[in-house]
Amino acid sequence: MTDKKMAEALIFSKPESLTAVPTHYCPGCSHGVAHRLIAETIDEMGMRENTVGVAPVGCSVFAYNYFNMDFAEAAHGRAPAMATGFKRVNPDMNVFTYQGDGDLASIGAAEILHAAGRGEKITVIFINNAIYGMTGGQMAPTTLPGQKTTSSPLGRDIEAHGFPLKMCEILSQLDGSAYIVRRSLHDAANIRKAKKAVRQAFEVQRQGLGFSMVELLSNCPTNWKISAQESLVWIEENMIPYFPLGDFKVHPAIVESKKG
Amino acid sequence: MAKGRIVVDEDLCKGCELCISVCPPGVIKMAADRFTPQGYHPAELVDPNEECTGCAICSIICPDAAITVFRWVPADKIKSTAP
Repeated sequence: MTDKKMAEALIFSKPESLTAVPTHYCPGCSHGVAHRLIAETIDEMGMRENTVGVAPVGCSVFAYNYFNMDFAEAAHGRAPAMATGFKRVNPDMNVFTYQGDGDLASIGAAEILHAAGRGEKITVIFINNAIYGMTGGQMAPTTLPGQKTTSSPLGRDIEAHGFPLKMCEILSQLDGSAYIVRRSLHDAANIRKAKKAVRQAFEVQRQGLGFSMVELLSNCPTNWKISAQESLVWIEENMIPYFPLGDFKVHPAIVESKKG
Repeated sequence: MAKGRIVVDEDLCKGCELCISVCPPGVIKMAADRFTPQGYHPAELVDPNEECTGCAICSIICPDAAITVFRWVPADKIKSTAP
């Protein structure tokens, strides 16, 4: 045996940018994964002292308790407006918002559209789980056609309730946006890809290229009324066909730098 | 000997069982004999045949960053050691 030359290496531990407290999220909720990806990225980039986050209203309303950095709480849907203020006063700071689908695509639709249209140099992390989680599972702007929620018990009827909003597709049409991508959190490989996208979004902001947003398809086992494992399968089978993963807009400077 | 091991922080674990579903050698089990402070059965490493490779997939899927992963590597390639 070569025991003498072997040593036990730390492969993974909780990132420093997360506080040591247990979260209030339900067991299996992808919010925790999204928090961790952001925290790991900020640790890797060494920006914790230079970052301010803006928490939304929704399940992640207490995000400021879980991130070990400067954080502010915005009124419902107004996180991009608040982040605009932070970024314009401190242009060198790394400013990000963390928003759910009800916060971003419903009550905050105007704020996100105009923040992207103005080309504000902020990063938006958009958690899309196709339902309102905190208030008890009502229909959200991103609820899939036919999906049962407490306010659409027979399934979302597109004749009566309209079609889901595809925020990446919408925002990628605006000239102010620089990096708009959609990723999923349903398995380890996709979580790794999501982390790379978060890193790229922060890089876009650091280089001052414009508005950046990463949409993360997420789960809600409690309000979908299935187990955590089944919810990840549900993302893959139902959400990804409607919300295709991919890069919807990548600034030409990023494309060039990847070519080397 | 085992190539790796995991340590589950029982203050953070909520017993969602996602780590169990993704573990390639299947060496994570729910500890049915005890509860966490939040009232869940925690996940734990049950690895009598020392099959854990320290691949860290459980820690990637864990929503609560409750799993710390260690792996045995050549001493000259080590970056950060176990505390």
